[in-house]
Amino acid sequence: MSSIEFRKDLFADERAEDLNEIGKPTIRQDIVGHVTGRSKYFDDHLFDGLLHMRCVRSPHHAARIRSVDTSAAERMPGVRRIIRPADVPVNLNTLLSLVDFGRDDEPLLSGENVNYKGEPILAVVAESEREARDAAAAVRVAWDERPHVLEIEDALKPDAPVVNAEYPNNTFDYYDLYDHQKLRFGDVETALRQADRIVEGEYRMSPIEQAPLETCGAIAAPEDNGRYVCHTSTQALFFSLGVTAKLLDMPSARLHFVGGTVGGGFGGKVDSQHEPLAVLGAMLTGRPVKYSWDRSEEMQVGAPRGAERWRIRDGVMNDGRIVGREFTGFFDSGAYTRLSSYAVVKGTGHLPGPYTIPNVSSNVYCVFTNRTPATAMRGFGITGVDYAIECQMDKVAEAVGANPIELRILNAYRDGDVKAHRRFAKNCALIECCQVAAQKAGVSLSSQAATASSRTGGGIGWRAEVPETATDDAGRIGDRRRKEIPPEPGGGATNHGRVRAGTMGELVEAAAVQDADMQIDPTRIGHSVSKAVKPNASAQAPPARQAVASPQMRDARPAAQMQTAGDHQPRPPAQPAPSAGQASQPADKPERIAKRSAVSRFITGTRRR
Amino acid sequence: MAVHKGRGFACINYPIGMNLGGDPSQALVHSTPDGKFKVTLSAIDLGQGMKSVTRQIAAEALGVPIADVHVDTADSDTGPHDMGSFASRGTHRMGNAVIRAATEARKALLEAAAEELEVNAGDLETDGRGNIQVKGAPSRSITVEDTAVAAQFKQGKTIAGRGIFLVPPSDADPNTGEMSPVTCFAHAALVVDLEVDDETGEVSVNEINSAYEVGRALNEKLVEQQLIGGAWMGMSHALYETTEPYYPSREHGPGDFVEYLQPGPGNIANHNIAVLERPAEDAPFGGKGPGEMCANPVIPAIANAVYNAVGVRCDSLPVTPEKILRGLRANGGARPQGRV
Repeated sequence: MSSIEFRKDLFADERAEDLNEIGKPTIRQDIVGHVTGRSKYFDDHLFDGLLHMRCVRSPHHAARIRSVDTSAAERMPGVRRIIRPADVPVNLNTLLSLVDFGRDDEPLLSGENVNYKGEPILAVVAESEREARDAAAAVRVAWDERPHVLEIEDALKPDAPVVNAEYPNNTFDYYDLYDHQKLRFGDVETALRQADRIVEGEYRMSPIEQAPLETCGAIAAPEDNGRYVCHTSTQALFFSLGVTAKLLDMPSARLHFVGGTVGGGFGGKVDSQHEPLAVLGAMLTGRPVKYSWDRSEEMQVGAPRGAERWRIRDGVMNDGRIVGREFTGFFDSGAYTRLSSYAVVKGTGHLPGPYTIPNVSSNVYCVFTNRTPATAMRGFGITGVDYAIECQMDKVAEAVGANPIELRILNAYRDGDVKAHRRFAKNCALIECCQVAAQKAGVSLSSQAATASSRTGGGIGWRAEVPETATDDAGRIGDRRRKEIPPEPGGGATNHGRVRAGTMGELVEAAAVQDADMQIDPTRIGHSVSKAVKPNASAQAPPARQAVASPQMRDARPAAQMQTAGDHQPRPPAQPAPSAGQASQPADKPERIAKRSAVSRFITGTRRR
Repeated sequence: MAVHKGRGFACINYPIGMNLGGDPSQALVHSTPDGKFKVTLSAIDLGQGMKSVTRQIAAEALGVPIADVHVDTADSDTGPHDMGSFASRGTHRMGNAVIRAATEARKALLEAAAEELEVNAGDLETDGRGNIQVKGAPSRSITVEDTAVAAQFKQGKTIAGRGIFLVPPSDADPNTGEMSPVTCFAHAALVVDLEVDDETGEVSVNEINSAYEVGRALNEKLVEQQLIGGAWMGMSHALYETTEPYYPSREHGPGDFVEYLQPGPGNIANHNIAVLERPAEDAPFGGKGPGEMCANPVIPAIANAVYNAVGVRCDSLPVTPEKILRGLRANGGARPQGRV
């Protein structure tokens, strides 16, 4: 049997148990509707004269479309409209344009080339689903197959076929500068050289289906006053509305999206593949149109959790302390970006896992291959690397002969430690979770591990200081088209630099409450958690405007503080130089094309350039 | 040929909210004429309990009984903007927006009651049972219902509130990866006990003992269902699921649940859970959100337990019987590592 207990004894001094409704096992507001079948999902909205949509899809991993013959399909019974790429007003999008990250790279319907098996090229609208399927099958397409690449590291080779025309190097462009996201903290190379031993591992994860019981779909219908209603299974109502307004080049005021009750969603229902086509179908036919995937489409055309590959090299001391950790990571994005570029940055911010390691580096790549585009899924950007890190921790424990739980506690991050992304840790509880899980399973821990605490021992000495950091300029956009370059951090670098110890910006926190009337009385929130520990003066944050200062190498010009490889003197790892408490040298204001900003550029439904 | 017992461990942390911010949520709260409250959102309930948790948050912040609160979501004509239900952001972001909206509405409620009771609004408190009373003098009170009636039909005032919560967007540094990814993290650790049949390569997960730190558990039952369901999903990822069994080849892709394997009722392991609650400073009532992270530790813990049982490293997911048998063959048989 299973069981659950709430360990109210732990962190009891940080909580007040004086809340009325919070914490109670209150029954769900919607549960009666769910168990009696009365809750309305998108597909429960019934319309007279509903039309059905099916897509014609590529049977090839990569091909050019030589010609399309729809004459037979158009004559088939029940067919009301065949929607072509030219019918889509703005037939190119990338999901993350909502946060202004990346370039438009994916058509709603592809007209010239297809880049994965299952890519849609036409949508057939008919009176019944049967008739739509039959007509889609009757469309004749002449394909010229093109070379394709499915293996993630083959896609990085100089002669690899181009998967995605917008990113001809088969990698997402980061900051108009590199073909990957870098993380550099301390000097891993030196740390590994000075460690007692090196532990290495490579970890792979295959694609996984999202598998919601309710497949993705939408029903759109004309409303009054030139508006369209769209009932949808989306996980993100305004995200899907924004994508639809952009692709159909219409003001968002003409769209009325309804959802909110969804039959399972793990990330794939953010993709907004159905809403634009359903609304376009309703616009072109003047009738309600439903577009949803059947189960096999959900599994093979619907975006999976993408494949990942991670290599880890650890420098380990004989007592189990990890003094350096290097990652090389690959996210298989499939043929288009969707959200994988974002997972790379999120995953980078997560490294080196919940541990305090004084020297950390990583190169993480968003790679395009000729497979179904991957997208967000539960644990996005984290699940794969957590699998890698925790298998690696098991290998490290074995290598030094340590109890695997004690090894984690020894290396665990604690309040006040500085993380590899240069912010202080707070509110930590890894150690306590390790202790409680061990206790429940009957694993006895050493007294040192059993009495450790996330609240003590952190933020002291080197644990609270940003070390001097080794940087490099390897992996500029397009370099891998010219010659093969090792993907590991520092591989193939022509310039090396150092970032001063103590270089650290400020934590970005929530925007202040808009109006004092919206600020809840602090005695009514059930806790009084102090601000993050900022342990010593030398690690004080420099002004925010210098937050991203570091050796910049834009325009191929080595910046002033860059040095050649031979010039720098390696410092011992884990003993950062005494910090001068100074901010880094100001760098030129970065010029970025792939950037994030506060405002969506098309939330009003019109594209702004 | 034998069945070998193995034990594996893993622990993780998980970032709450969209990486690098830029993901606002808004909420509106208003009273009906008889003092019931409508919370209007565009958030999505995927089954995780979005409607329920925002309802509890609104009731707590308003200071009224939960039966008097209803959450209406998601209609783009009425619900204000929300980024969506993903990135473990629902409870954290929307929960905070609902607190702010409910707090503004509560202020209007108490001011209307103060006018009726002819006292200072600052001297009033709610009893959580539908009454507003003078602090220290509970006999001087008025019901929320009477207050709403008076506000609307006598005073000509609304009882309503707006709320928004945003972590402003920021950048990652191209050269060092410096960034402010999120403001709080959930945690988990677990021990998996399983058996591996060295003849068939089959793995049976027998028991999971876990500790999940989720900040304040806002609804004990919703937390439990997330953790139980998430552990099942982690087990499924570890041992069964893939759309491309011979990745990177695209052959043998499944098209339905007959071909796409997941654990059935008979494969579900006993799971003993401990929930730890360390409130996060900027989270709604300190609650972080257990939704995404709960599947993650199960996957490596199972891989580590298989190694502990038979000495085969599972460096490629999913850990299928075929991979275990190939590993056993390469090793010349099972090599139990001894229990942790």
